[in-house]
Amino acid sequence: MISLHVNGKKRKVDAAPDTPLLWVLRDNLGITSVKYTCGIAECGVCTVLIDDEAVRSCSISVDEAQKSKIITIEGLPEDHPVKIAWIEKQVPQCGYCQPGIMLQTVDFLKRQPNPTEEQVDEALDNVLCRCGSHPRIKKAVQMAADLTKK
Amino acid sequence: MMKNGITRRDFLKSSSLVIAATALHGELVLFNVSPAKAESTTTFKPHAFVEVAMDDTVTVWLGQTNLGQGTHTGISMIIAEELDADWQKVRAKMALAAEVFKNPHANAQFTGGSTSIRSRWDLLRGSGAAARQMLIAAAAKEWGIDAKKCRTEKSRVLNPDGRHLTYGQLVSKARELPVPQNPPLKEAKDYRIIGTARDRLDIPDKVEGKTIYGMDVVVPNMCIAVVARPPRFGATPVSYDTNAAMAVKGVLKVVPLEDKVAVCADTTYAALQGREKLNIQWTTGSHPELNDESLDKLFQASLEKPGAVAESTGDTENAFAEAAVKIEGSYKLPFISHAQLEPINCTAHVEKDRCRLWVPTQGQTWSQMAAAKTSGLPAEKVEVMTTYVGGGFGLRVTADPVVDAVSLSMAMDRPVKVMWTREDDFANDYFRPGSVSTIKAGLDKDGRLVAWSHKVASPSIMSGLMPEQVKNGIDGSSLHGIPDMVYTLPNRHIEYVMMDLPISVGFWRSVGYTINTFAIETFMDELAHAAKKDPVEFRLDHMEKGSRPYRTLSLLAEKADWGGKVPAGRSRGIAVGSCFGSSAAHMAEVSVDRKTGKVKVHKVACAIDCGPAVYPDAITAQMEGGLVMALSVAFHEKIHFSKGGVKTANFDEYPLLTMSGVPEVEVYISNSVHKIGGVGEPGIPTVAPAVANAIFKATGVRLKELPFKRDLLIKG
Repeated sequence: MISLHVNGKKRKVDAAPDTPLLWVLRDNLGITSVKYTCGIAECGVCTVLIDDEAVRSCSISVDEAQKSKIITIEGLPEDHPVKIAWIEKQVPQCGYCQPGIMLQTVDFLKRQPNPTEEQVDEALDNVLCRCGSHPRIKKAVQMAADLTKK
Repeated sequence: MMKNGITRRDFLKSSSLVIAATALHGELVLFNVSPAKAESTTTFKPHAFVEVAMDDTVTVWLGQTNLGQGTHTGISMIIAEELDADWQKVRAKMALAAEVFKNPHANAQFTGGSTSIRSRWDLLRGSGAAARQMLIAAAAKEWGIDAKKCRTEKSRVLNPDGRHLTYGQLVSKARELPVPQNPPLKEAKDYRIIGTARDRLDIPDKVEGKTIYGMDVVVPNMCIAVVARPPRFGATPVSYDTNAAMAVKGVLKVVPLEDKVAVCADTTYAALQGREKLNIQWTTGSHPELNDESLDKLFQASLEKPGAVAESTGDTENAFAEAAVKIEGSYKLPFISHAQLEPINCTAHVEKDRCRLWVPTQGQTWSQMAAAKTSGLPAEKVEVMTTYVGGGFGLRVTADPVVDAVSLSMAMDRPVKVMWTREDDFANDYFRPGSVSTIKAGLDKDGRLVAWSHKVASPSIMSGLMPEQVKNGIDGSSLHGIPDMVYTLPNRHIEYVMMDLPISVGFWRSVGYTINTFAIETFMDELAHAAKKDPVEFRLDHMEKGSRPYRTLSLLAEKADWGGKVPAGRSRGIAVGSCFGSSAAHMAEVSVDRKTGKVKVHKVACAIDCGPAVYPDAITAQMEGGLVMALSVAFHEKIHFSKGGVKTANFDEYPLLTMSGVPEVEVYISNSVHKIGGVGEPGIPTVAPAVANAIFKATGVRLKELPFKRDLLIKG
């Protein structure tokens, strides 16, 4: 049995230790907000927070994640600045990539609470969104930064 | 298990007023399908557009797929407007696939061609208006006054004496009334919901991670399957190791499917590992010599062949003979992928007398037909539950995963979810076809365009997907934007060479328009330059004055200050086009580093005229997203082929445009009174040519191939 700490709860799962965390979260724990897209850490869609750091869950084994605190989008409070900003700026289109991008934003804003436009571009330059919600993501990140400061 | 309201369980409250509409035979017909009434109309399934419940909730039942394009909210806004509903009480819910949701202009339920709203504009307004009339009639009867004296506001009927009844209070009386067939519709000036700022109804769930996409569907007792597909065109399995796959913990069964081999397992990871362990040896396939280079040669050779004549108006030959200036341009566009982020998938459960599908589809009818054919059940025994979709862009009208899921559910005798990996997705996409073209044009001594000869060579989408649409060797979609170009020309000759390749091609957001508009609009720029005219002026000079594209280009030129001061170091380019009932124009502002050839797109301004702008923020979002996607295509995207198969396997070999490449965006919506047009696709075609024209302005280099080749822009 593998023990995981997900969104503040201890969970036990029966999975091979080398299983990517992504599949355990989705198949064993039913946390389907964590999405599969590329499986090779190219797109960022499966991103979760592991000990507050954005990590691509397709590329870390469930064994490696055992001792850490895992946060998915459900683990952020409803009034989290990033969630408020994403709704306020009407960011998602299909929405498939957004939980991953939002979690990467949470990590980024923690390290850089006053980002410039260039810093936002750089920090989110390794995530994919096919619908092209980028112009709104840029605005939402700035808004989330402002809300966090308040 | 499904959390997005598409099961029958909570469908239609028994006490509601329910109005449905159809325009299948060209004429709008409205039905009262309130459950009490519906039982007597046996031919009519209880699927509906609008349901008013006793608790005042207005539920809009939808047959259009939610691709994130805002259609669910837009459709709800139209109905709520005519119903005069309280927007806070409006819910949008996806219904099971049904006859009533078929496109009024095509005998199929699908979401494509930017038709969701424009094909249903009358139908949706009519449904809302009919329900409103019935609620008014019920109230008037209750009060014993003339219905004409009643007004409505926010889900209430108002009596001139100050009393009111809520819609919920009136439902039980209203649903007994006949449906008015020609309910009066509001005038645009009276709109309170259409054209206003509204939050999209699906966004809160998407932000919370609650939305259930096809990949997320869980059906009790289901297993998960991945399918090994031929890695090369025409290849079939020679041998594979079933035992090794079965040795993986969790693998349930290895199932051969014609030229494919499926692995069914308890979990996704077990299925993936099992497939790897199969170690399949494949035959060489049908086209072992096919690769990027051989394809290039095939395209060039095809362009030299005589084509089927699609149009020949005026006397092009004579016009060329008399032209003062003759110019020729050749264009080359690659195969590109939809690269939608949610991989293709379908969950199916075939039982003795029914088949259920949970599928992120853009083509419910075709999914239903494919499941019926595969299962042997009649189509009416196939229930299609449309999930939310993680990007479609035209790909999801195809039904490949349905066939596999149904076959496997039958083989396993339980529900099966088939999912593609990203590698499956790239290898089995229905690509936007590669295309080459040549345009020759002649200008008279005054710089007026007098002759246009256009030839396209490409594989045909329709010959594969809808062969009945191909006539006399012409696939109209391969020529999109040419016979119907925005310019009026006296002498025009158009030819098409249909190429026969083993590569699957399909509908890619705006289809042929995105291909041919690149050629036409960069060529028009070249012609304007040759005629020594301003690119906007030259275009307007060749359009019907006051036409939709004319107005759209004029709007953009005015709003984006074309001809005004350009920021230092930047250059501008412009393009215009019409498709799917709307016109769009783009102006790009770029700078080019001549040492590295790197192009920076600083800003893109867009104007769109789609007639009445139902949901302006969704239109803006579609223009923003379309522009990002089109820039991605212009700068980065190309599918590679080698050894008779698709070489591109994942996003490391198919980069998309990312954050740092996304420019400042301005969108101008012309909320016109003209015929309603589409929104999903028209924002794509004019982006790449606007950028190419700006690059020409900056460098003097004409880029005629996509993706743009940076080395052509390096100087010295």
